[in-house]
Amino acid sequence: MKSATAVPLLSMNGITKRFPGVLALNSVDLDLGHGEILGLIGENGAGKSTLMRILGGDYPADSGEITFAGARAYISDVQDAIALGVSVIYQELNLAPNLDIASNIFLGREPRSFGVVDTKTLRSRAAELAGRVGIAAPLTTLVEKLSPGEQQLVEIAKALSVDARVLVLDEPTSSLSPAEAAKLFEVMRALKQAGVSMIYISHRLGEVEEMCDRVIVLRDGERVGEIERERICRDEMVRLMVGRDIARFFPEHHERGESETVLSVRSLVYAGGKAPISFDLHSGEILGIAGLVGAGRTELVQSLFGIEPAVGGEIRIEDEPAVICDPADAIRCGMGLVPEDRKALGVILEMSVVENITLSSIGRYNPPFMDRARETQVATELVDKLDIKTPGLAQMVQFLSGGNQQKVALAKWLGTNPKILILDEPTRGIDVGSKSEIYRLIRELADDGMGVIMVSSEMEEIMGLADRVLVMHEGRCTGILARGEITEESIMHLATGGART
Amino acid sequence: MKKLLGMTLLLVALIIAISVFEGQAFLSAGNLHNLLQRIGLLGIYALGAGIVILSGGIDLSVGSVMAIVGVSVAMLVGSGWNPWVASGLVIMVCALLGLWHAFLIGKFKLQPFLATLASLLLLRGLSRGISGGVTQSLQGCQAFKQLGNGSFLWMPISFWILIGLALILGFMMNFTVYGRYLYAIGRNEDAVRYSGIKVNRVRILAYVICAVLAGIAGVVELSYNGECQPASSALMYELWAIAAAVLGGCSLSGGEGSVLGVIVGAALIKVMYNGINLLGVNTEWEWAVIGVVILGGVIADAAYKLRAAKRVKA
Repeated sequence: MKSATAVPLLSMNGITKRFPGVLALNSVDLDLGHGEILGLIGENGAGKSTLMRILGGDYPADSGEITFAGARAYISDVQDAIALGVSVIYQELNLAPNLDIASNIFLGREPRSFGVVDTKTLRSRAAELAGRVGIAAPLTTLVEKLSPGEQQLVEIAKALSVDARVLVLDEPTSSLSPAEAAKLFEVMRALKQAGVSMIYISHRLGEVEEMCDRVIVLRDGERVGEIERERICRDEMVRLMVGRDIARFFPEHHERGESETVLSVRSLVYAGGKAPISFDLHSGEILGIAGLVGAGRTELVQSLFGIEPAVGGEIRIEDEPAVICDPADAIRCGMGLVPEDRKALGVILEMSVVENITLSSIGRYNPPFMDRARETQVATELVDKLDIKTPGLAQMVQFLSGGNQQKVALAKWLGTNPKILILDEPTRGIDVGSKSEIYRLIRELADDGMGVIMVSSEMEEIMGLADRVLVMHEGRCTGILARGEITEESIMHLATGGART
Repeated sequence: MKKLLGMTLLLVALIIAISVFEGQAFLSAGNLHNLLQRIGLLGIYALGAGIVILSGGIDLSVGSVMAIVGVSVAMLVGSGWNPWVASGLVIMVCALLGLWHAFLIGKFKLQPFLATLASLLLLRGLSRGISGGVTQSLQGCQAFKQLGNGSFLWMPISFWILIGLALILGFMMNFTVYGRYLYAIGRNEDAVRYSGIKVNRVRILAYVICAVLAGIAGVVELSYNGECQPASSALMYELWAIAAAVLGGCSLSGGEGSVLGVIVGAALIKVMYNGINLLGVNTEWEWAVIGVVILGGVIADAAYKLRAAKRVKA
């Protein structure tokens, strides 16, 4: 199966890593050719990040060996990895936000003359690297002012500044807009041309299909398969990742008849918004909100939910005018919001599953007292209904997988019986198996009569799930597409500012 | 839970050790009475500080509140007020102060450290200013002085007050939703707000409780001493309160701690004080010894947490 080329640039053989209680990697092999882009995929917890952290020198393997350019390599810390020419760009970027682009590229390795930073050399070398990865912003721009996509490019420039021959990209596109992602791919292709090898980790299988020469699939710490270029396709990847066929990734659509309007938004202007936005949401409907990053989608739904109250316009819920000044008002009106940033806003990581699930509803049982019996009962039912995988109700949420954390965030709202559920990037960074479960759940909730608003940057998610799509561009609503009109092209057309045809 | 157990064991060990070496003096009725009185007083204002800490904030104004309470009650009594009425009124004003702190933090987004640091300076200055720097003494008021000095059922009244307040707060923390909310905002205020809980109201609760308990402690302290020195009375007590809360299991990053823990922390500090005196260590060393114990306690806790975190890092 393996292409019988010359000696691979890098090979990791029989890598095993045990954490107390878990066998994170079980004798995993990985090899990487010269100028190859290798996709590394698997569900959360499959061991991808562990394997890359071993390669990057973050921690050592328990056993196994690494060969680089034909010679045995010993990587015991990050410096060793960099000396070999291996740079790992983690999902959480390692940049100093308060320094400019040039300083970040050479942070800790500034060119010096007589012990003083040689700003001139630093600038000129930084300019060359920035040109290579296509950073358009002036090099004196502070990194915190850059978009996530540009920050990603700075990381890559930083890696190139130490002559990286192997570049590991861990979920690089998870916070990028499609345009930024496209730019990143261009840079990756150019690097490939220049002979840099890359390992590309992503949950976005479409990107893997587009970019990778070969794919290695991990599941539960084991290598379960390898797919050659011509055979890379979504179905095959999903089958290997989850170990079973997912007959249908997205739940079936039911044709809905006419249903009542649960939410009616008229000329709403969110704080900082440019143009009034109007739309209706019907019960039983999933309204997708699409657009590029920065189009104002999150701001729109947050104003509906009272996080940053709207500065103008009218909101009617079930035909009653609603004044929403903070989330408590929104919840009283029957709304719930699952925010985009799950760990910072969606759940409280250091609190238990039960405390998280009932946080929004416990004040309703028997205020001001805490009805623990009722709390346990509600949480047990929801853990059951959503199939949340946890050793118990008292488990801290931080120890759950991303998908299960997201289910906890969802369960919190189901406990309040909302009429309107707003989901902001509901499947960001969670594994394929949980994704499909969450899709099914969202559809069930809608079928039970809830009105669902789903903000998403994942085109396939919008196309697979939404009944109608509201598309935004630079703070404006550029169009609302009915079910029959939803195509990738029609969404992108509106998302990039095109007029409705 | 483990931290509380550890601290309780330490307290018990300390008591046994002191009893072995200096049993006669330590276990004498007079010493025990005095010890419980001091634990009672520290416990009262440490509880308030502890609740603010576990909600993710900090209150540095405790000592100054106690001083201004002492000064103003004494001055009101001096001008003919009934001490009980004066105390009640002043404690109510303390509640307004707590409201003010919560307002500054919630509306103006001031850091709790700065909002209450301003009060620390302002109220200390105010108590010195209105009294002209002169010690304010209580004349007569024998019944009122019983509050700080008297006993009821073999225990100092101030200790009974602590027990009463601990029961009320313990009930609030464990059996009402406010307890859950206080812990939750200590962990992650934003997530709590996104869950539809009025964070500002919960914060008001914490700061009002802290200010009111400091007020009560100020009244008890005045009653105990029979006077209040505007410049030095209750000086640095906010730091003892924080020390007791931290020793008792509160984390300064919020979301951790318990009523019982704070009381154990307060008892530890006062028993150490007492032991140092009884064992004949030069009292000049008191603070150094207590500093070392607190440092040891927090290092042990941090080391334990680091180990636990490593164990789950997978």
